Amino acid sequence: MSAPSKALAEFVAEATEILEALGKDLLVLDERRGQEADPDRVNGIFRAAHSLKGLAGLFGQERISRLAHGTEDLLDRLRLGKLHLNDAVLDTLIEALDAFQALLAETARGTETDGLTRRADGMAERLGHLGEAPVARDEDPLDRLELEAQVRSVFTEYEEHRLRENVRKGVSMWRVRAAFDLSDFDKGLADLNTRLKPLGEVISTLPSAQPGGAHGIAFDLIFGTQVSVPELESGLKGTPAELARLAVRPATTRSAEALVRATESPAIVLGTLGVGSAPEASTGTSPPASRGVRAATDGGTHQPLFPLASDPSDTEQGETGASGQDSEPDGEPAPSTKGPSLVTYLQGPGGRAPALAATPSGASQAGAGAASALAEPSLRSLTQTVRVDIGKLDGLINMVGELLLIKASLQRLAESARQEGVVPLSKLFGQELARETRGLERKLEALQEGLLEARMVPVGQVFDKLARLVRRITREAGKEIDFVIGGGEVELDKLIVEELSDPLMHLIRNAIDHGVESPDTRLAAGKPRRAVVSLRAEQKGNHVVIQVSDDGAGIDELRVREVALTRGLITRAQAEEMGRRELLNLIFLPGFSTARSVSELSGRGVGLDVVKNNLGNLSGIIDVWSERGKGTAFHLTLPVTLAIIRALVVGVSARTYAVPLNSVLEILSVQPREIRTMERREVLDVRGQTLPFVRLSRLFGLPERPVSRYFVVVVGLAQERLGIAVDELFGQQDIVTKPLGGRLQSVRGISGATDLGNRRPVLVLDVAALLEEGLALERRRA
Amino acid sequence: MRVKVLIVEDSKASREYIASTVEAVEGIEAVVTSSGFEALKLLPRHRFELIITDINMPDINGLELINFVKKNPNYRDVPLFIITTEGREQDRDRGLALGAAEYLVKPFKPGSLEGLLRRYLKLP
Repeated sequence: MSAPSKALAEFVAEATEILEALGKDLLVLDERRGQEADPDRVNGIFRAAHSLKGLAGLFGQERISRLAHGTEDLLDRLRLGKLHLNDAVLDTLIEALDAFQALLAETARGTETDGLTRRADGMAERLGHLGEAPVARDEDPLDRLELEAQVRSVFTEYEEHRLRENVRKGVSMWRVRAAFDLSDFDKGLADLNTRLKPLGEVISTLPSAQPGGAHGIAFDLIFGTQVSVPELESGLKGTPAELARLAVRPATTRSAEALVRATESPAIVLGTLGVGSAPEASTGTSPPASRGVRAATDGGTHQPLFPLASDPSDTEQGETGASGQDSEPDGEPAPSTKGPSLVTYLQGPGGRAPALAATPSGASQAGAGAASALAEPSLRSLTQTVRVDIGKLDGLINMVGELLLIKASLQRLAESARQEGVVPLSKLFGQELARETRGLERKLEALQEGLLEARMVPVGQVFDKLARLVRRITREAGKEIDFVIGGGEVELDKLIVEELSDPLMHLIRNAIDHGVESPDTRLAAGKPRRAVVSLRAEQKGNHVVIQVSDDGAGIDELRVREVALTRGLITRAQAEEMGRRELLNLIFLPGFSTARSVSELSGRGVGLDVVKNNLGNLSGIIDVWSERGKGTAFHLTLPVTLAIIRALVVGVSARTYAVPLNSVLEILSVQPREIRTMERREVLDVRGQTLPFVRLSRLFGLPERPVSRYFVVVVGLAQERLGIAVDELFGQQDIVTKPLGGRLQSVRGISGATDLGNRRPVLVLDVAALLEEGLALERRRA
Repeated sequence: MRVKVLIVEDSKASREYIASTVEAVEGIEAVVTSSGFEALKLLPRHRFELIITDINMPDINGLELINFVKKNPNYRDVPLFIITTEGREQDRDRGLALGAAEYLVKPFKPGSLEGLLRRYLKLP
């Protein structure tokens, strides 16, 4: 990949940020389908599309700009109420987001494919034609609101629309006036907004042109709310806000009826007639006009107390007209017909062992797999940027400041040592130097920790992206699934989070395609119609465990055994001795899946060995649990960070190695006679348990030296344990692992090299690979 | 001495584009801000010869800013340009009705803004 220019990188970073925000908001709308969308959210999405259009235009990204234009246009109609947000519209927006991501990915790579251009332009076209013109309303509800023309003239089209919607729904309208000091009015307004927001909708914030004192400024907030006056007043207690109700003339009779039904509170309707005390009458509490409440008609506007005769405009009709679109067929293409699923994940008792049947017809599915690969972009983000909380950065800067102080003290000490020579160096001097060095060490540690923390991002970033795709995959697969996310706040190194998205996608896709049964099968099995697929993260010490689980058919371990036997992965004798857990873990063996070539990109039918390898590269390990008829769960155990790790430095045959300390469970001292051989394989008995045991020297083919006792480093990840025999222990040290280059890359059991400070490179053991090696050894020898 | 021009625009990319266009004209110093609130705070602290504002912004909208400026005796003579987009004709018309001097439709060429700046600021 060629390095994109700086300007392009800047564009990609900013566009990514915008798309992320857009995706988050879309997800919320998606989750709350059927409910009325929060106008602020729709407006936020509109703004995102608007910014994206501007950004793309500036950087000459025509394709993105065109699509953004179409999207913005659609969203504009949505937020202005010219279009109803139904499933078709929402689906198209989600599709557009996918297209944006694909376009941006191409931009980042510096490529431009015709297929995608056509797709994006077709989509922009579709966005323009989506939806139908709303039913015209005869009476503009806004005309019923008593508001000076002057005030109305500063509303944007959008604000006017929101005002209209509020009036139409019979929400009572208020003018909230507040004066602040010019220096910090934004804080005061922010506070006011936080209090108002839960009670209703702030439609506009108008700075008053009349100066509120020498250094003051007054604002009028136009606010719509359904809460009662006392509630509103208590919500604003302690703020400088003054309330004034804006009178609303009643609508024509039929609309008024609709209004009553809509609000289910006749009191509000009375209130809009200008009888200020009506809402209180309904709650029976405080008297009207207390604390600054006054009629907004002070300005001299007249308040009619009877309905105006005008054309009967039935607001309800307009609504049904718009919501009629709900029944329209989906904008999405119909789910593609899929061939029998390839092996990766065997179906439970209900499944007809597609695994065995699939082999010869593999080629015909290759096409389908490739097609879905096109449609599904990688979830990896396109930028290397990490957004860091400013507080964290401030902390780091403070630490650097403290380090500079220590540097100054050390300099002073050095200076005095230089001037006084070696002889008079007192004990006191030594003590002072030692103290400063300790301080330096502590501060450096804190700085290191802080920097590591700055690399941490919540794993939820990936979860959110996955959630968006899950819905689509679910529909394609014809399943009904509730996708549950938990622990999104757990933090992991940015690098790990990035690398996680693809393996997680694979696992979730497998769960949806192969794990979860069809609704009918589920009902027949006495399970709820809707399946649950969940994705949860949890921090456990230095590790994070991510669980992908489903309540589907589970994996039939007997079928796994059959497949493994057919493919020659295990011998019949080995199979006889395998427990359930071992059998299940066979699904991770390379060659177990036949589908590798088809879909390494798409995630459909991907070999789980690929997933396992991906995780191995992150020093992680994967484990599977499954119960027939109950479901399947994959546990991914990952280190919190890869950047700097604490390692145990050990010696074997005069060579030095580093073992990542986060996987070291304990260290034993073992006499050679304690090692026993079980089925031609060395094991140790530790507290009544048999521990597989390897001599590092033998594993790496080093000359063995006779020793009177071994140190056994017991390492473990997830549930696997292994004892590694070494000659010497040198202690603990922080190391930065660097990848091995060239030919050394493929050396099993080594994850990289590090420098221990004496300029001698030391190899770092790959514990996950060694565990596997140990287990494989066990299998081979058995 | 250079004259100061206030640019109020919440989109970063746009803001920088406008600022660089404005600064390219000799004799002008651009003061930029991303929000109407900030603009309200900046107004009493500087003497601006011209204001360029977006309409759709998150805190107060551009029309409200125009109204504020045009009603305030201290600022009412400062010419105001609106930055608007295609399809936002109603907002644009309101801005002009409130007293904005000119409008520019995004994406506009640097030359068109430059010409307006020279004209209103009486620069050579």
